[in-house]
Amino acid sequence: MHYLPNIIFLIALVAGVGYFTLNIRKIIRNIKLGQTVDASGHTKERWGNVLRIAIGQSKMVVRPVAGLFHVVVYVGFVLINIEVLEIIIDGLLGTHRVFSFLGVFYDFLIATFEILALLVLVGVIAFWIRRNVQKIKRFMSPEMKGWPKNDANYILYFEVVLMVLFLTMNASDQVLQQMDAAHYTKAGTFPVSSFIAPLFAGFSEATVVIIERSAWWIHILGILVFLNYLYFSKHLHIMLAFPNVYFGSVDPKGKFKNNKAVTNEVKLMMDPNVDPFAAAPEGTEAPAKFGASDALDLSRVQLLNAYTCTECGRCTSECPANISGKKLSPRKIMMDTRDRIEEIGKNVDKNKVFVPDGKQLLDDYISREELWACTSCNACVEACPVSIDPMSIIMEMRQYLVMEQSAAPTELNVTMTNIENNGAPWPFNQMDRLNWKNEL
Amino acid sequence: MSDQIKVPTMAEYMAQGKQPEVLFWVGCAGSFDDRAKKITKAFVKLLHKAKIDFAVLGTEESCTGDPAKRAGNEFLFQMQAMGNIEVLNAYEVKKIVTACPHCFNTIKNEYPELGGNYEVMHHTQFLKALMSEGRLKVEGGKYKGKRITFHDPCYLGRANGEYEAPRELLQKLEVELVEMKRCKSRGLCCGAGGAQMFKEPEAGAKDINIERTEEAIALKPSIIAAGCPFCNTMLTDGVKGKEKEGEVQVMDVAEMIANADEL
Repeated sequence: MHYLPNIIFLIALVAGVGYFTLNIRKIIRNIKLGQTVDASGHTKERWGNVLRIAIGQSKMVVRPVAGLFHVVVYVGFVLINIEVLEIIIDGLLGTHRVFSFLGVFYDFLIATFEILALLVLVGVIAFWIRRNVQKIKRFMSPEMKGWPKNDANYILYFEVVLMVLFLTMNASDQVLQQMDAAHYTKAGTFPVSSFIAPLFAGFSEATVVIIERSAWWIHILGILVFLNYLYFSKHLHIMLAFPNVYFGSVDPKGKFKNNKAVTNEVKLMMDPNVDPFAAAPEGTEAPAKFGASDALDLSRVQLLNAYTCTECGRCTSECPANISGKKLSPRKIMMDTRDRIEEIGKNVDKNKVFVPDGKQLLDDYISREELWACTSCNACVEACPVSIDPMSIIMEMRQYLVMEQSAAPTELNVTMTNIENNGAPWPFNQMDRLNWKNEL
Repeated sequence: MSDQIKVPTMAEYMAQGKQPEVLFWVGCAGSFDDRAKKITKAFVKLLHKAKIDFAVLGTEESCTGDPAKRAGNEFLFQMQAMGNIEVLNAYEVKKIVTACPHCFNTIKNEYPELGGNYEVMHHTQFLKALMSEGRLKVEGGKYKGKRITFHDPCYLGRANGEYEAPRELLQKLEVELVEMKRCKSRGLCCGAGGAQMFKEPEAGAKDINIERTEEAIALKPSIIAAGCPFCNTMLTDGVKGKEKEGEVQVMDVAEMIANADEL
């Protein structure tokens, strides 16, 4: 009986981490359904990006208010995890404040965690106000109705509850320390929870123990629940932001990918020595499809992008098309991509392989009107704090529309015909290209 | 003046067995569009003044393929690219300058993989280099103290990280440079990129060029400076749309430098 709490703790921990691992493996499997990409080389630059953009939050602070609060919550989250480590060890071994042997340094750590917990609370409340009271425009877009809106608030509530439990746990703990309660090691400095402790004045030791144990248990179980909530929410960025930034583009933003299959084709066309009747050489396979019409046509990095997106909407709020009232929202492109790859993943779970379901990313999720509204200005890519590239998906879907379906807007077909015939997007004669020099 | 300025073609240079210092890639807008041709001419005047040994491709130049690629026609883009690369490589071109950020971006970033490797400069970068080398002198002249805002072209700024060259040139003109809130890496597109120049915009609350022009006009500049023929068209249309032609002009940085010098 003595070991019952330890056993319950072990079961909870294994179940929590186990189910989470299961879902993470599902995400990895889904991402691997995408097309392979060559992300070799530029290792130094990529790690530099991780250091600066992901760890250093350099793009978050471009918007100082949201950025500042985010840095607070982020630092709080990362450092308070050290405390979670202690809680896990205590839970498994039945110890109490196992790190207290660190002495003064332990006091310092606990004090830091408490201050961070308070700051996180402030940050989270600020975030909640921005979403629900200030109703900042980028949180009010059409794609943020329903689940995305609730999801964002649930995450904030989770964090409030966890921080309050953490502080309650410490408050009751210090009361018990003062009571010389057995098992409660005298350790820690409590600059924040000492203001909560007076609430327990006059309570019996047994009552305070119940409060302390409840807060302790609900806190750690809450963390495990929250961990498992990640997979179902937009909050995966707390982990995926790091690999996503690593795999983000290291090229100038203006450099779009050249389609290699097309290159071979064009080279053949332009080679006067090529035998037009020759059979295709062994091993050369025509690409299944030009561009992308479904999530499976996208690259693994693009799918990782989709899972990483936390729907902050900075892309959308900088998008000239969206600003001027067009239907396009880069954030929605990412949300749609994730929804679709999730749907494909469930299909694979059921059927072992993907069985066509009569749906695709194009039209069923992303409309043509959205795709054609993009000015390819890269504002969304620049705005993303975690190096997501919504524009590349738009461009690949346009490529599908034009090269597989010849479904460009009429005016663009005229433009392309002009380029083909006159070498300019307008119907001018190429022979007149230098006429301006006579006007000098 | 006109009898002094020569615009030789690469073919003519080749015939003489010579290589110019730099190839001026004029671009479609710069060749055909009446407004953009003025930028071309202003830039050529500056090249002439700085005694730059330059040449153009003339009738051998063709669209870089930028609008085709961004409209999704990768095949047409690569056809254009390979054709141009063949011409450029045949002339052994090493260095290219262009007044169009779209041509600049495409040749600089997308041609190398297809076999076209050149040093490519936007005309503002080129002019800045000429000034620092002392080959071109620019003084305030008629723009000294004038209130001017600069609109960052997406394909020069965000796409290639060049925000300073055009601004340094404007500072040389001793203007009062005022920045829009959305500038540099957060600059708002004029609405022309991604082949939008050649189609009607999707339904929305307003046109992007109007949104941008309003932002610029709010600063009460006498000139909105640009560095791209398409931005120039979009903003000029925007200014007309707001009926502000009397108060504010849209001008390329090269035009301003040429004008300041009364070329």
